Amino acid sequence: MMRSLLVRGMLVGIAAAGAALLIAWLYGEPQVGHAIAFEEAKAHAAHEGHEPEVVSRGVQKTAGLITAMAVYGVALGGLFSIAFAFAYGRLGRLGARATAALVALAGFVAVELVPFLKYPATPPAVGNPGTIGSRTALYFCMVALGILATTAAVIVCRRLVPRVGVWNAVTASTAGFAVVVAVVYRVTPRPDAIPEHFPATVLWDFRVASLGVQLVLWATIGLLFGYLTERAFARHPSRVAVPANA
Amino acid sequence: MAQQAVPSASPATPAARPAPLPLRVPVREILPWAVLAAVLGVVLIYFVGAEQGATSLFGGTWVHEFTHDGRHLLGFPCH
Repeated sequence: MMRSLLVRGMLVGIAAAGAALLIAWLYGEPQVGHAIAFEEAKAHAAHEGHEPEVVSRGVQKTAGLITAMAVYGVALGGLFSIAFAFAYGRLGRLGARATAALVALAGFVAVELVPFLKYPATPPAVGNPGTIGSRTALYFCMVALGILATTAAVIVCRRLVPRVGVWNAVTASTAGFAVVVAVVYRVTPRPDAIPEHFPATVLWDFRVASLGVQLVLWATIGLLFGYLTERAFARHPSRVAVPANA
Repeated sequence: MAQQAVPSASPATPAARPAPLPLRVPVREILPWAVLAAVLGVVLIYFVGAEQGATSLFGGTWVHEFTHDGRHLLGFPCH
């Protein structure tokens, strides 16, 4: 059971990485190109030497991006299948498709949206290299906060459902989640350094593209995993281990 | 008559339970996989997202430069 879920999760992660790769090439790479052109024009104006290329732009755009996406997709898909195994049969009477879609939505909010709204993706040339350490630490702390707050909201929601009903429980736990995140946003520092004259449209388009890449990744994982799992459960109902009330 | 504790023991009467609850995977069956997947997943995401940026396990900048575009577009702080 776990084996088939995990294998399916990792394969779906690869497929999702493929879909996200298309978005990255179509919408993200042009903005990365603009940002690098800005960086080079600035270095040229300051009479700094050309930075030696360890990996060429062509490799970064193709093999490098494909590898990064594929590895990230497999890791995310595997972790998603574990989260699905915990959630399935424990969220009321939701079936496989609805459970997978909800887990993907929660995962997107926890791992991408919560950190993104405070520490959005930055194109090359944006961000002070001197603060990379603190920015990385803050970013991963925000990911951890997103995961903890989302998990807490789901647990509280499940406890509230028998007392106040599904609608009220979801509303109350979502509001509590929003308050926690909003308070943390207010008190955390913002070490974002945008260089002077960096084009605002490039920054905006890059960030929308980055959000789009993550949205497509999570949506594909959630919907495809749900579809395949529902189909597999319908074919082999006996392979599911124990009844829900056990 | 005592009710049967295990519903699957009576396959002759499938119509008796029209809307069965979805079946669960027991937590003790998930846990070892969860630990393994979490550890491997974190290592993989670290190499895509952060190696040779804020911290460096290997010398040089090759991993950073190779995963450069993915790192920016997936939203990790890069440089």
